[in-house]
Amino acid sequence: MTVDRLTGQHPTGQHPTRPHPARPHPARQRPSGQRSARPARPPAPAGLPRLIPAGVGPDASLGAHLARLGPLAYPPSAGALIGVAEAAGLTGRGGAAFPVHRKLSAVIQSGRPPVVVGNGAEGEPASSKDGSLLWLAPHLVLDGLQLVASAAGATRTVLYVHRDAALIAYLSQALAHRFAAGTDRAPVELIEAPHRFLAGEESALVNVINGETARPQFKRPPVYERGVGGRPTLVQNVETLAHLALIARFGADWFRAAGTPAEPGSMLCTVHRADGGSHVVEAGLGAPVRSLLRLGGGGGGRVQAVLCGGYHGAWLDPEHAARLSLDNASLRPAGSFAGAGVLAELPASRCGLAETARVARYLALESAGQCGPCFNGLPHIAGALAELAGLRPGGQVLADVRRWAGLAQGRGACHHPDGFVRFVRSAFTVFEAEIGRHARGQCSATDRRPFLPVPATAASEADWS
Amino acid sequence: MNGIISGTALWFASRATGVVALVLLTLVLVLGIAVNRHGLLPGLPRFAVTSLHRAVSLLAVAFVAVHVTTALADPFVSIGIAASVIPFASHYQPFWLGLGAVSIDLMIALTITSLLRARIGRRTWRAVHWLGYASWPVAFAHGIGSGPDLRRGGLLDLAIGCAIAVAGAVAWRVIGTRREIPLAQRAAQVMATWPGGGPGRRRDGPAALRNLRDDQFRDGDLRPKAGAR
Amino acid sequence: MPPATRVMVNPVACSGHGVCAELLPELISLDEWGYPLVDDAPVPPALDGQARRAVRDCPALALLLTGVRDRR
Repeated sequence: MTVDRLTGQHPTGQHPTRPHPARPHPARQRPSGQRSARPARPPAPAGLPRLIPAGVGPDASLGAHLARLGPLAYPPSAGALIGVAEAAGLTGRGGAAFPVHRKLSAVIQSGRPPVVVGNGAEGEPASSKDGSLLWLAPHLVLDGLQLVASAAGATRTVLYVHRDAALIAYLSQALAHRFAAGTDRAPVELIEAPHRFLAGEESALVNVINGETARPQFKRPPVYERGVGGRPTLVQNVETLAHLALIARFGADWFRAAGTPAEPGSMLCTVHRADGGSHVVEAGLGAPVRSLLRLGGGGGGRVQAVLCGGYHGAWLDPEHAARLSLDNASLRPAGSFAGAGVLAELPASRCGLAETARVARYLALESAGQCGPCFNGLPHIAGALAELAGLRPGGQVLADVRRWAGLAQGRGACHHPDGFVRFVRSAFTVFEAEIGRHARGQCSATDRRPFLPVPATAASEADWS
Repeated sequence: MNGIISGTALWFASRATGVVALVLLTLVLVLGIAVNRHGLLPGLPRFAVTSLHRAVSLLAVAFVAVHVTTALADPFVSIGIAASVIPFASHYQPFWLGLGAVSIDLMIALTITSLLRARIGRRTWRAVHWLGYASWPVAFAHGIGSGPDLRRGGLLDLAIGCAIAVAGAVAWRVIGTRREIPLAQRAAQVMATWPGGGPGRRRDGPAALRNLRDDQFRDGDLRPKAGAR
Repeated sequence: MPPATRVMVNPVACSGHGVCAELLPELISLDEWGYPLVDDAPVPPALDGQARRAVRDCPALALLLTGVRDRR
């Protein structure tokens, strides 16, 4: 399986910020003007990458998109789309890996015209795959959105992205080109989300589209029964939609040419290298983690830990990570999961406890503040981690954290406390030796700079809209 | 002779039950605010506050029903049934009785929504329940204005006592609401007060962490400065 | 066999009054912050009435019964 690298611009300066998604060359964005006689469909992409065309500064225009992949193939019926999605074994690429055909069936079976939403608000600071996809292959995402909207008979079709004036303008232009070319059946609304960690959560998304704050809701009834405006709502990650657009063109068997039989296809990963840089790469599911991370082979020196699954994922020993592959069958037993494909290798020069404490503090402050166990438990744990990172003796703190973790887990309206607890517990395992050193007043780190990207937190209620 | 006596009896009954109803409504409002503020009645478990609020409100409804029925049945003044629910529709003292009708309308809305609470959903129930704050002043005004009873002697003291109780409870509610931390700041507030009070907890190290600004925390070195221990 | 009835909390609506823990102590206790810890085992028939009362009396309407059996 080949792996293609897409270099993201690495920000200079002290703070690691969210890796910037790569953007297309500005001069090459133009509408598709000519309508020639319909050519035979171009061949399916062989190997990887599939989603984002190879090369630096690719042409993301509608014309280039159609030239590379041919026109969008609407299946003859909703059942046909569900069938090919099921045959392909496509699961969600937003983190939960829920089978697409089941969500689509559930929404159609509700009997009422649903609302369809493409979710491009990845929320996770360490992930930039959705941003990259929207900049570099917007038409693939928009194709997928049209497919689903058409099959579901959607009454509203929405593309939901984090607030970004440049991206909104860019996507509006792409939509205008499609409208001019007559490719779309459903009009698409662009809706902006605040830059909150939870803004991409399914029910928080519904809340924003309904005009409320980006806070998750108690999911009874579930969103696919009652969501935006009380209607059944289908929410799919933008990468999932992109894969669907390819499956509709090239079929289930083609999709299964990558990945494993149980977890077919490819996925985008955001990789944070030990040298401090990051990039987005597309890999087949089941690819060895070793093929994505140098694990000490590249610049940046020895790697002390690997973060797999983002800030709701888990820290792993590098030796253990080297034996794992990029699929849930391999990662779940290890306490992690594939999630949205965030991988980070922590150099040995940094302090794993300090990194964990910083991220934990960010996650705690990103709590929506609605559920007692979350807005109490997470700050308590984050405070304890800060204390551990600060060379204070452990002792009572460790027992407290264990108790608080048990109280926070599973008792929120969303999975924020669960992911937080998974992340923190893995740190206690992987950085156990460091905890012992800190208890004795020592720290093995030589580089005090922050490594993982942690944005500024919300200051007030206004930051939640 | 008999008719006049029974008429007077009905009239007295109406006035008496009216006074009791006002006291009960005062109690209902105070208990309702106590529930909202997570308050406790001394020596009683928490569910007693909610149960009493519910029980007393049903009792108040009963007394209001008797109050209205006896007033309608009384032959001395003619108040039609319609006037008991349609505001300002009676010929006798249309304004003050009208307020009574408004109060009854509000009570009907409150009672029905509260009995059907589980069916109509939280939001609808809450929206209607806010009317409770309107129903007490209207009932009070009706009581003061409909007759001289509450303006003299012991009953005047009683009326003043009820008003003071309501004013105090409402003040408790308003102050409590002002002190409530907005959702967006709840986690930050817990973090700012961590590890919390209690004897034996050291104030230096954790306090130094507590007072770090957001950018200081993100910038890196979390170790306390030399000498900060 | 009728489906099992379970008690569930809506954590968004819950503000930690604690009435439920008093009315149904066999299934609900409070954590150190005053929020309910609910045993999600099926409600024994003997506690059915108490469970319904706890649901009815929650000031925030945050407690609910799932898989409710009909009472005839």
